[in-house]
Amino acid sequence: MKRTLPLLIASITGFVLIVANFIPKIQSWGDIVTNWFDIVAGFAFVLGAANILKLHLQKISDRRAGWGYSGVTIIAFLGMLAVGLFKVGVPPAEKYPTHSWSGYYLHEGGPFWWGFQYVFLPLAATMFAMLAFYIASAAFRAFRAKNTEAVILLVTAFIVLLGRTYAGTYLTQGIPEEYAWLRFEGITEIIMNVFNLAGNRAIMIGIGLGVVSTSLKVLLGVDRSYLGTE
Amino acid sequence: MQRIRNRLALAILLSMLGTGSALAASPAPPSNLVALDAPGDVGKKVILKWELSPDDTPDVKPRKVISYILFRKLAGDSKFTKLEDELTYQATTFTDDECEPGKSYLYEIVAVAPDGSHSTAATTTEAVIPDLEYFDTNKAWFGVLLLIVCGSVIYFIESARSGKELKIRKIAGLEAVDEAVGRATEMGRPILFVPGILDINDIQTIAGITVLSRVAHLAAEYGAQIEVPTSRSLVMTTARETVEASFLAAGRPDAYNEDDIYYLTDEQFGYVAGVQGMMVREKPAACFYMGAFFAESLLLAETGNSIGAIQVAGTAMPSQLPFFVAACDYTLIGEEFFAASAYLSGETHQLGSLKGQDVGKVVGVVLFGIGCVIATVVTLTDNASAVAILDFLKNNLLGSEGFLP
Repeated sequence: MKRTLPLLIASITGFVLIVANFIPKIQSWGDIVTNWFDIVAGFAFVLGAANILKLHLQKISDRRAGWGYSGVTIIAFLGMLAVGLFKVGVPPAEKYPTHSWSGYYLHEGGPFWWGFQYVFLPLAATMFAMLAFYIASAAFRAFRAKNTEAVILLVTAFIVLLGRTYAGTYLTQGIPEEYAWLRFEGITEIIMNVFNLAGNRAIMIGIGLGVVSTSLKVLLGVDRSYLGTE
Repeated sequence: MQRIRNRLALAILLSMLGTGSALAASPAPPSNLVALDAPGDVGKKVILKWELSPDDTPDVKPRKVISYILFRKLAGDSKFTKLEDELTYQATTFTDDECEPGKSYLYEIVAVAPDGSHSTAATTTEAVIPDLEYFDTNKAWFGVLLLIVCGSVIYFIESARSGKELKIRKIAGLEAVDEAVGRATEMGRPILFVPGILDINDIQTIAGITVLSRVAHLAAEYGAQIEVPTSRSLVMTTARETVEASFLAAGRPDAYNEDDIYYLTDEQFGYVAGVQGMMVREKPAACFYMGAFFAESLLLAETGNSIGAIQVAGTAMPSQLPFFVAACDYTLIGEEFFAASAYLSGETHQLGSLKGQDVGKVVGVVLFGIGCVIATVVTLTDNASAVAILDFLKNNLLGSEGFLP
């Protein structure tokens, strides 16, 4: 029963929504179900929050390696939760001046806004900025000319990189207008719009077919591994 | 008295001049306004098409027409009502989506000059009645193609069930799953499984969870620890159910620890920081990235590379594939990722579904071939039949203009 019921719900909902996609009168059912999902996900968020507290409190209690970080996590989590939930420092909305909680939780100048703007965003930006260094190290490994394929990759990448910078435009500006496609930016366009696009489309078609096949297996109950292996 | 008469005459003259200048500024009206019932809808949409006002030309500066205004009325009503949407110059179509099915509508359109004066109106000659339709004809060919692909998947699943031999090519990335789990077991280090950063309603997350089921089964058999940090609460609960069932199926329910599957945060880079921290501290011997990834793909895969873990990635995000290819030992590209669960299960009826996908590819290749040949013929000869076939392929078969032209 534990496996049959979820399978039944998934199958019926899935097939009904596929059919609904072709019937104008009930096409909006998909949006309704998406709303249901959002509600369920909202409740599930409580589970996630409880899990964070449980794991980090356990870590602090056991004095496991790095328990200090868990302390920071819990303080940050509870602090932001409190100021956000109780709208600390947020003035009431102009429309409802007598209702103290009617203001926008992310009101500029409030503690929640401050934490978001001056703590969270810089931290997220720092993580994102690290990507540049990781791209450099990954590119260094990927572009090593070990074999013919790697050489082709290296040369292609070199042309595309140059074609997207002013240096590339500057280096090949002497090529006459009638042969403009031979300039770095011209070759880059050809590589991106012909070879790269063709490869991308092949991958996208494969993905589309894979999505259909996987969905069908799940809906028909052929693949039940997401409910645990047999 | 004479002075009053003179002033009156002057005022009349000035007002005439004013009217004259306004008349001179009024643009020429648009023409041939046609209203059509939108196909495949619930009877709320009417498509309007017209030809531009002769004064609406891009080469005249300043422009003589800056916008168009549409009016609507029910047949039988005396007055037109202005529609809220104002259309910019050069607009030739509009879809009115606030009609009621079964009622007759008439429309008119005027061009508007920069000084706000309107042209005379162009009016529809026939009333249009938006119909409630029971089948979305715009998706007719999509439905046919879906039936072909789904039908072939089901056919091959059934023929595999009946014992038909199927030849499936080896996928290196999936062959390496055993090796990766075995390596983690030998080294006494955990296995890290990242199911992407989207929620369980995304098909990639579901595909990732199906792979997790197989990896968890192997980990349970080998006695290895598997850690699954998630960025969505629902994915955490699903992953827990899946891993628990896999450990149970492998005969090792005692080895299952639900705390190994935990929620970090919904925030993309917060999640990356959490997973990277875990990777650097616990140095997992095998890392699996199976699901939907964005900018975090390379951050995670490069960290995994730096700790010397054997890494297998699978995603259907084409923009992230190069990063995984550069940083991981094996990458499942697009359809291979969706084939993973069937491949790892080794069950013949599941492998049948992969064969069914091939039929979809054959249909795609045939359409590509026909399309390329016809497009080339059109370019070289401008043959009318070839143009009609190409239009049918583009607008009907692959577009949304119904079953037939």
